[in-house]
Amino acid sequence: MPSAGYATDWIAIVLAGAVGFAAIVGMFAASRLLAPRRPSANKAIPYESGIRPEPLGRSQFNVRYYIFAILFLVFDVEAVFLFPWAVVFLDTAAYVFYAMLLFIAVLLFGVAYAWRKGVLEWR
Amino acid sequence: MIDVRDVLYVAVGLFALFNGLMVVTLSLVWLERKFLGRLQGRVGPTRVGPFGLLQAVADAVKLLMKEDVSPGPAARVIFYAAPLLVFVPGFVVWLTIPFARDLAVRNLELGIFFFIAFSVLSIVGLVLAGWSSASKYAALGGFRSAAQLVSYEIPIIMTLLAVVVVAGTMNIAEVVEAQASAPYAALLPLAAAVFLLAGIAEVGRTPFDIYFAESEVVGGPFVEYSGAHWAVFFLAEYVNTFVIAALMALLFLGGWRWPFGADLPPAAGVALVLAKTYAVVLVIFWLRATYPRLRIDQLMSLGWKALIPLSFAAVLIAAAQQFYGWPVWSLTVLSVAILAVPAVLQVRLQRQPAMERARRYARRAIAERARGTGEAVR
Repeated sequence: MPSAGYATDWIAIVLAGAVGFAAIVGMFAASRLLAPRRPSANKAIPYESGIRPEPLGRSQFNVRYYIFAILFLVFDVEAVFLFPWAVVFLDTAAYVFYAMLLFIAVLLFGVAYAWRKGVLEWR
Repeated sequence: MIDVRDVLYVAVGLFALFNGLMVVTLSLVWLERKFLGRLQGRVGPTRVGPFGLLQAVADAVKLLMKEDVSPGPAARVIFYAAPLLVFVPGFVVWLTIPFARDLAVRNLELGIFFFIAFSVLSIVGLVLAGWSSASKYAALGGFRSAAQLVSYEIPIIMTLLAVVVVAGTMNIAEVVEAQASAPYAALLPLAAAVFLLAGIAEVGRTPFDIYFAESEVVGGPFVEYSGAHWAVFFLAEYVNTFVIAALMALLFLGGWRWPFGADLPPAAGVALVLAKTYAVVLVIFWLRATYPRLRIDQLMSLGWKALIPLSFAAVLIAAAQQFYGWPVWSLTVLSVAILAVPAVLQVRLQRQPAMERARRYARRAIAERARGTGEAVR
């Protein structure tokens, strides 16, 4: 049974990333050795149902994706506050609980506002 | 202090974990094809090996030996790095998933938070894969994946928060130990249901596979990938499906602790966790066989208008129950009551005559046009 240790936790995380990375790179290398390579101009055309794509993809995208990303940011940042609160709120003063209720109410008001404004409709 | 033995334990554990996950992926591919086949009145793969068991292995070998083509105008470095960006976070998350009380590669104190922090990262890989392919379908799929995954991340965060509120800890093994008397699926059916739905959407399995929908964006971010690079996306999808099922088994179905209590030998505990995980995986496959793919607007409204409010409700009732010291069963009652609201609304909606509903939608559209909402969004 391994012992607890903050530094070891971080080493473990870095090691996990390294193992995953190395294994996949190893797979790519094996494929490079095993697979045939016969490049041709026609193979290199991006897929568009057999038509030569004009203009190329990677051009423009619709702003609706951007709005959802902004809404998500609000909620994701809030998670940073909510998780520590969830562990300690029973052991601290009562106002900690009510303060977080207020915070969640503000967030929900934000969703309700976005909903009312029609931002959540995908068009 | 850093103990060399701990680091060695982690290294050996990670090696075993990676190999284990490869075997699990092969088993899931076989299971999915066999199970889907049975559900559709077919027999699934039968030719390669007994019961077609080696079909998945043959597929993996074939993928490794296929030519790896990349489109000419692709941003090559990002194109080849994207599969890594998708797979590595999905693998790192497994570091802290326990299979028995003392059997995790590294039992992190902030395990649940660690899962959330790393599982979000693979979205970046999908968007980059779509963008760098220089194909319109891939770019569309990439941005769709950003919108979808980002939306369904919030219900996952909030339902896990409800679990943390009730258990009072973010350590996954301790959460399992806290379910000695009843699994959290019984206390928090609302959170469990929302977590499963959002989890399926998060790994993009079929009712929610809008970002690589074959009939719309022909594979989305993966259109231009082939051979080993495509195989890695596939691998990541199965590893992520399995982690959602494992978390469901551990956090909501009692893991090794329920229903047999603490006397269970560790090996039986591991078997119990795996059995529960595979059971959840089968439910995910079953949903895939049952429901058609959602449209993207239905998908976004399900996420933002149903799952997110419901997940907030789950957190609020859990926090109130803990703070005011209500009896435990009140959580179940409140959860079921809240779950009944969308159920009743849906039944009422479906019982309405179609003409009446169409008129109502038309009226609403005209009213919105008049208010000018929606125009501002574009």
